[in-house]
Amino acid sequence: MFLLGAAGLLGFLGLWWGLSASGLVAKQFLPTPLEVLARTLYLLTEPFAGATLPEHLARSFERYAYGFMLAAAVGVPLGLLMGWFRWLDDMVTPVFDGLRFIAPIAWVPFAALWFGTGIGGPIMIIFSGAFPPCLINAYRGARFVDRTYIEAAQMLGTGNLRTILQVLLPASFPSIVAGLRIGAGLGWQSLVGAELIVASAGVGYLMVQGQSNISTPTVMAGMIAIGLVGLLIDVALRQVEAFVRRRRGLA
Amino acid sequence: MGISRRSMIGAATIACLLALWAVLTMVTGTIDTLRFPSPVQFWQSAKQIMTTGYADGTLLSHALHSLELVVMGFVVAAAFGIPLGLLMGWNRRAEALINPVFLLIRPIPPLAWIPLAILWLGLGDAAKIMVIFFAAFVPSVINTFTGVRAIEPHLIEAARMLGTGRWRFTSEVLVPAAAPMIFTGLRLSLQASWTTLVAAELVGALAGLGRVLNVAQQDIYPSMVMVGMAAVGALGWGTTRVLAAIESRAMPWLIVRA
Repeated sequence: MFLLGAAGLLGFLGLWWGLSASGLVAKQFLPTPLEVLARTLYLLTEPFAGATLPEHLARSFERYAYGFMLAAAVGVPLGLLMGWFRWLDDMVTPVFDGLRFIAPIAWVPFAALWFGTGIGGPIMIIFSGAFPPCLINAYRGARFVDRTYIEAAQMLGTGNLRTILQVLLPASFPSIVAGLRIGAGLGWQSLVGAELIVASAGVGYLMVQGQSNISTPTVMAGMIAIGLVGLLIDVALRQVEAFVRRRRGLA
Repeated sequence: MGISRRSMIGAATIACLLALWAVLTMVTGTIDTLRFPSPVQFWQSAKQIMTTGYADGTLLSHALHSLELVVMGFVVAAAFGIPLGLLMGWNRRAEALINPVFLLIRPIPPLAWIPLAILWLGLGDAAKIMVIFFAAFVPSVINTFTGVRAIEPHLIEAARMLGTGRWRFTSEVLVPAAAPMIFTGLRLSLQASWTTLVAAELVGALAGLGRVLNVAQQDIYPSMVMVGMAAVGALGWGTTRVLAAIESRAMPWLIVRA
C-alpha cells in the first residue's frame, strides 16, 4: 500500500516534471518542481513585493489571528446564549440565515470602502468566514445538551448565568472545539481571498504580485506556503479536538 | 396552522432592523451614506441595474453569467469527483495510489488557485471555471469517499450473497447507500463554487456579479455594492434550494430534517 502511495506521488511529480522540462507546456506556465522549490527557498530570505516569504506569512497570520479570535469571541458566547434563550434564537436566526448565503468574499468591496487597505478589511472578511461555524456549533452544542443536566441544575436553583457557564459550556465543549476548527479553516481561506483583492502585504498579495510579474514559481511558492500553514492549523486544532474528546471519554 | 411565535419574533426583528436602517441613514444621518447606503439608495441602484444596466450589463445578464459559470464548474467537478470518490472508497489500491496527490492538493485553499488560473488562462471565463472546478472537486471526492466507506458491511455482504452483478451492485447498492454523504458533499461543493466565483470575478472579470461588485467598489457606489451582494445571496439561496429539491427527489426514502 505504501509502495502504491509512493508510486502515485512519484508518478504525479514525474508527470509534472516531464511536462515542464520537455517544453510541452511552456516554462512560463509550468515551471519544473525544482524551480518552484528553488524559488521557495529563495523567497525565504530574499524579499519580493516588499518582504520575504516568512514576513508576508507573518503579516497574513497576524490578521488571521485577530479575525479568528474575534469570530470566536463573538460567535461562541452568542451561540451559547442563543441555545439557552429561545427568544434570542428566534431573533437572531432569521437575520443570520439571510446573511449566511452571502459568500464572505462578497463583503470585500464594503471592507475596501470602509477600511481601505488597512488591517480592518481582512479582519472583517476573516470574521465573516470564521463566524458561522463558531456560532452554529456553540448553538447546537448548547441546544442539544442532555436535558437531565439542565434539569438537575434547575432543581438546585441555579440561575441563568451560572447554568450557561457551568452546565452548557462544559457540555458543549466538544462541539465548540469542532466549530472552532472548522471556523479556523474557513477563516484562513477567506483570508487568502481577501488578500488577493485588498492588501499591500501578506501571502495573497505576494501571489497577486507574482501573477502580475508573470512569475509562476512565485505564485506556486505562495500556494505551497498557504497550503502548509492551513494544514498546520488544521492538524493542530484536530489534536486539540482529539484531546478534548479523549478527556470526555468520547473517543 | 397559525403563525408561530417563532416566525413572529423573527419577522419583528427583521422589521425593526430595516426600520433602524432607514432611520439611521435617512433621518438622523448617523450613518454616512457614502459608506453605507440607505434603503432608498439601495432601491434606486437596484432599479438602475435592472433596467439601464451597470458595468456593461443588466442585473439579469450579470446574474445569468455568474450562474452559468457556477453551474458549469460545479457539474464538471461533481461529474469527475463523485466517480473518483466512489472508486477511491471502494478500491483500496486506487485510494493508496491517488491519495498522496490528493493530500498535496487539498490544503491549498481554492481561492489560492486564482492567480495561477489567471496566469494560465487569462481573465476570461475559462480561468473562473478552472478555479470553481478545483473548489468544488475536493468536497465532492472526500464526501463520496466517506460515504462509501461508511456503508454498512451487511448491505454489501447481502448483495454479494445474492450474487449481484457489478453494474447492478454499483447502481443499486453502492450509490444509494452513499447518497446522503454524496449530497452533503454536493452542498459543500456548491457553497465553495459560489464563494470561489465571486472571488474570481472580484479579482478580474468582464461580466458577472463579482464584476458588478468590483466596479461598484471602484466607483465608490455602496448601494450598488449592496445590490450585488443581495443578488449573490439570492442566487446562492436559490441554487441551494434547487439542490435540496434534487436531493429529496433522489432519496425519497430519507427523512430530511428541516
